[in-house]
Amino acid sequence: MESYSRRWFLGAGATALASVGGLTACGSGGGSGDGGTLTAFVYGDDAAKIQVKSVDRFNASAAAKKAKGTVKLQKVPATDYPAKLRTAMGSPNAPDVFFNWGGGSIKAYKDAGQLVDLTDVIASDPVLKSGFLPSVLSAGGLDGKNYGVPMRGMQPVILFYNKTVFEEHKLQPPTTWDQLLDINAKLKKAKITPFALGGSDIWPELMWLEYLVDRIGGPDVFDKIKNGDASGWGDPAVLKAAQTVKELIDDGAFGKGYSSVGYGNGGAPAVFAKGKAAMHLMGSWEYSTQLGKFPDFAKKNLGWCAFPKIEGGAGDIRNVVGNPTNYWSVNARTSNKDAAIAFLRDSASEAYTKELIANGDVPATSNAASLLDASPNPEFAKFQYQMVQDAPAFTLSWDQAVAPNVSTPMLTEVNKLFVGKSSPAQFVSALKGLK
Amino acid sequence: MGRPRSAARNRAGRPNAALALPAILFFAFFAVAPMVLAFYLSFTQWNGLGDPRPVGLANWRKLLNDDRLTQSLTVTVVLTVVSWAFQTVLSLLLGVWAAGRQRNRAVLSAIFFTPFLLSSTAISLLFYALLDPNFGIIHADTLGTTSGAFLAIVFVGGWQFIPFHTLIYQGGARQIPEVLYQAAAIDGAGRLRQFFSITLPQLRNTATTSGVLMIVGSLTYFETVLILTQGGPGTDTAILPYLMYQAGFKSYDFGYASAVASFLVIAATALSLLMVRLSGFGAMRSTREGM
Repeated sequence: MESYSRRWFLGAGATALASVGGLTACGSGGGSGDGGTLTAFVYGDDAAKIQVKSVDRFNASAAAKKAKGTVKLQKVPATDYPAKLRTAMGSPNAPDVFFNWGGGSIKAYKDAGQLVDLTDVIASDPVLKSGFLPSVLSAGGLDGKNYGVPMRGMQPVILFYNKTVFEEHKLQPPTTWDQLLDINAKLKKAKITPFALGGSDIWPELMWLEYLVDRIGGPDVFDKIKNGDASGWGDPAVLKAAQTVKELIDDGAFGKGYSSVGYGNGGAPAVFAKGKAAMHLMGSWEYSTQLGKFPDFAKKNLGWCAFPKIEGGAGDIRNVVGNPTNYWSVNARTSNKDAAIAFLRDSASEAYTKELIANGDVPATSNAASLLDASPNPEFAKFQYQMVQDAPAFTLSWDQAVAPNVSTPMLTEVNKLFVGKSSPAQFVSALKGLK
Repeated sequence: MGRPRSAARNRAGRPNAALALPAILFFAFFAVAPMVLAFYLSFTQWNGLGDPRPVGLANWRKLLNDDRLTQSLTVTVVLTVVSWAFQTVLSLLLGVWAAGRQRNRAVLSAIFFTPFLLSSTAISLLFYALLDPNFGIIHADTLGTTSGAFLAIVFVGGWQFIPFHTLIYQGGARQIPEVLYQAAAIDGAGRLRQFFSITLPQLRNTATTSGVLMIVGSLTYFETVLILTQGGPGTDTAILPYLMYQAGFKSYDFGYASAVASFLVIAATALSLLMVRLSGFGAMRSTREGM
């Protein structure tokens, strides 16, 4: 099959593994950054331009002078971000401040004593304390302590629908599961795939289970799992959710080829925008994705609603799953903690909030509500803000909430369920075995 | 008759060993040392932060009891055999055809060689898009079924590497002395007979070279699987290197990933030694017997 160059992969893989090892051997001492310059790692997508401005603003501010520090931003290409961060955090070149998803994504760093506990800092700082929606702020922490400050838009998972298709077939967005099944049946009769699904990326499949478990068993079911109790997978709600997914699949709700469709490469958004599928369960970023690729569709035909409730289920229809937002955390080995914290404060500022809104994001700052009229789509922005503000529970995406050594096999099991390689019962028993 | 290789003859006209020193140092630093470190890491538990904690044979025991190892070995073996057959047959035929000196063949060979110049990642992304059931070329759930995903990997690998092996076969075929064909023609042998009685036997060493490269390479096949299938559907195309990547850079279980990596090194080394032994590749006898 491959040939000479591929043989180097082994060498390269081993080099990568080993160089990481080599670096830690000499990387246990010393702070990072030289003198007053702090390094900040950010997820290097389009939205990073807001962090670029934030850094410039901070470096020119009186706060930076007072703390005797400036920040240098390092944009890390998106797909490499978690691995690059992990490698850097074990090395002498660790960032002082870094972007993360809260929850399980920072647990290993917390356990290794690499995070600054921000609980007291936030409590004693009026800007940070009252600057953010409390539920979002707390989702950035672990075990009731704060390890992060919100710095991007909120990303709740929303049920999007195609208004034109719905009008054509005289459908209303569903609020109960029976209505959803009814819509499903009508759409199939009209030869339209009810739901777009980017199954080859796997995480879009996970969103269905996240909402179903919440609606059937309430947020406590996953809470227990998130806190490390693998027996929580044995909760009847998980099995019921898996069975419900299986019924949807067997019923053809996702069409036939969903396992070959990706989200990242634009497959699923295109199926949805072109009316081949009528609905799409996706994070709020679906709006900006559509705006970028199919602006007409995004502006005129894109509808949105909450995930329906399930009759007899324990979950509130107002509960939300998804990513509350992203966070800045501070490395415990930073050479200038005061400057780092002064920098975090910029994320609560009005200027920062306005920039996020102009970018189409909905900030998790408490002052955002009054500024949302400036959003490219105020109606959608307000819906989203309201949705998160009113949510009795905001469950962090499972793959971000649990540690990476659990989320990787978990995603494999989710995929097996969706492609029919395992039954709902096998799915549950495989998950119970995850440690 | 053994190999006519005396010490004196070997020394004559060959450069001093010291000239290999930069290469040896480079290899030691970037290949051997990391491999040794990875082997050491396979006896530890390490999530990338802090210091690796020695755990003895735990990772190896886990590896040898891991169902995924058996599964990925099976997938690897089947993938290797099918790819080898697919690529060898096509590149042999193309290579022999391209060995002709006509101008049009030279031009076509050059064009045909292009896929090999593209990066595996780019090629995989291209085919990933082409295999989209709604907007691609095949309106079926190709990557969602085990056989579809498997054939897609074999095809994409072939598409990329057949040109390279064609080149090897072309070179090999051009080395075959013209007199053999002339003699055969005088004896009344047709084209087909010439192909099976002269070309094929004369390409024996070429086939071994190409085969060893294909087989050892397929043990470390990676990007195509990562991009096209992510080891899926389920774990049906999760080959060993993918397992290693997943353990290391998704689960941050570097100890276990190192055990998988070390296993790969051992398996690949053993396999290539075995192939060299069985094929007589090491002896490198001339194919021009009777000349």
